[in-house]
Amino acid sequence: MSQAQDQALLVVDDLHVHFNVGRESLLPWSPPRLLKAVSGVSFTLRAGETLGIVGESGCGKSSLARALIGLNPVTAGSVKLAGRELAGLPASQWRPLRSEMQMIFQDPLSSLNPRMTIGEIIAEPLRTLQPSLSRVDVKHELDRVMARVGLLPNVINRYPHEFSGGQCQRVGIARALIVRPKLIICDEPVSALDVSIQAQVINLLVDLQKDEGLALIFIAHDLAVVRHISDRVMVMYLGKVMESAPADELFSRPQHPYTQALLSAVPIPDPQRQRSRVIQILEGDLPSPISPPSGCVFRTRCPQAFADCATDVPELREAECGGAHRLACRRH
Amino acid sequence: MSLLDVRQLNVRFATPDGTVAAVNDLSFALNPGESLGIVGESGSGKSQTAFALMGLLAKNGTASGMVDYGGVNLLALDEAELNRRRGVEITMIYQDPMTSLNPYLTIGEQLMEVLRFHKHMDKSAAFAESLRMLDAVKIAESTRRMSMYPHEFSGGMRQRVVIAMALLCRPKLLIADEPTTALDVTVQAQILQLLQDLRRDFQTAIIMITHDLGVVAGICDRVLVMYAGRMMEEGAAQDIFAQPSHPYTRGLLQAVPCLDASHGEQYLATIPGNPPNVLALPPGCPFAPRCVERFDACLRPAPLQRFAVDRQRACHRTTTELGVVA
Repeated sequence: MSQAQDQALLVVDDLHVHFNVGRESLLPWSPPRLLKAVSGVSFTLRAGETLGIVGESGCGKSSLARALIGLNPVTAGSVKLAGRELAGLPASQWRPLRSEMQMIFQDPLSSLNPRMTIGEIIAEPLRTLQPSLSRVDVKHELDRVMARVGLLPNVINRYPHEFSGGQCQRVGIARALIVRPKLIICDEPVSALDVSIQAQVINLLVDLQKDEGLALIFIAHDLAVVRHISDRVMVMYLGKVMESAPADELFSRPQHPYTQALLSAVPIPDPQRQRSRVIQILEGDLPSPISPPSGCVFRTRCPQAFADCATDVPELREAECGGAHRLACRRH
Repeated sequence: MSLLDVRQLNVRFATPDGTVAAVNDLSFALNPGESLGIVGESGSGKSQTAFALMGLLAKNGTASGMVDYGGVNLLALDEAELNRRRGVEITMIYQDPMTSLNPYLTIGEQLMEVLRFHKHMDKSAAFAESLRMLDAVKIAESTRRMSMYPHEFSGGMRQRVVIAMALLCRPKLLIADEPTTALDVTVQAQILQLLQDLRRDFQTAIIMITHDLGVVAGICDRVLVMYAGRMMEEGAAQDIFAQPSHPYTRGLLQAVPCLDASHGEQYLATIPGNPPNVLALPPGCPFAPRCVERFDACLRPAPLQRFAVDRQRACHRTTTELGVVA
């Protein structure tokens, strides 16, 4: 255990992210409504590890990512990066931490400033975070990361609109990489890309991680992509962790009814197998995160729910199958 | 007798930067009740093909060729003639269900409008029929839902409403342009199941436009693969997936990470390069610059050839060279 803690890069403990979404009615004395986007998430990320986070839209995966990097305020709980507490840190103290932790966004084009050249965009974090660096040194670093992500040096003076989605995402990756972070949070980095380009970007991320010893938090709704890239996967539903396990373990032996339904819903590109599969269709829609169901949040759509599920909140604990497999379900 | 026969369809757009050839010499046929998947990446012309069939091209776009639907060339019809068929015999559903619904009208008003306009039903008959269709797409509490507005529905529910609307007049052909791309996998599974059931119950032919090969594998009888506005290959779904005969289809299938492959394989197979610039396509095969099988002949356009019963491809490499057992 001590060794694991030595290597722990990011320790998240009982993290809550709540949003105030107005009052129940227009009356000023009516109670305020809280949207609990993330409620009680804990995990540890080791240096060089990839943690995949999956779940449907509205499950809180993006709110979690944004809270980790300080784009959303943390309501309660703790986030420790290399032993340093980030929760509640004033904005002024975030800046030095930015070179430890970077983020890659979903829409590659809209996350790049259209009025800046590719070179300016990629170098900006370095110029901001290390203003003492000379022009030559910045240029040197710029060349290094551009080569690293597979951008030719001659594109340095071009503008984002001249590039395809895949190339823009490479620019986004280069911008994150230039400050030599230890952790990159990728929020749906490939979902806006074409299949053939998606594979290129995933391979690039795998490569970078291996060579630079980067830790990644990889958020995606495409489960096959997540399985491919992650060491460990965490399944979220309505702000809570349902199950977490090493990737191969989770995908070959899913224990939680939600994970099972999620996996069975992914279409497989093989007509014979796809047509002979039994697809477990989840009834209904995601309940509102403003008034989540009592007990287990998944019980309203769970095919295996029983009376206790409405009253008891299942805790995330070690599964019977052992290993690092953890799940929150009363059935197990 | 096929329901739809598309021959030599060409779609061109006049832009300030020159003419964009979005679809080139595309020919395919669709039988009643059949489902055809049109697969391709962005810029492959798959959506523009659908818009051309529906007469919905942007103002700077022109379609030429022949789209034979029941003996009538759809491309030659005027707006009034088209309107008699659109929404009645041929309907379309889009990727984003929110933008296909009017936010100012209730779901009921929007559903009933279709029937009152096309079928000249009175209000009560239209209401009853709309309700029946909401039940068919498995929307619970349909009576109450009729008086609700689109924003009160979730994404999956909205797509169900749009599907219900598309099926109100019992069309013979439903064109679905990326109908599940904006939805979560669990909702996608619901919608795909629904489309399958409805196709069986109403005998509707479906053209499914998508980039997701998994979606195609689940519900399409036939598959047409497009790249840069051209057909690369076409055939029965199980044949294409088992024995892709074009390097592009192969690359596409290999580039998708597999859900049940273990973590061992570290790199995904990729298709090198970037999607083509439709303004400056290479002279020969449009896929040649990215193709691993490229050789001298690829500088000339590859003609479409039928190489097995019901299968055609456009590639200079022979099937033997690619190891395809036809």
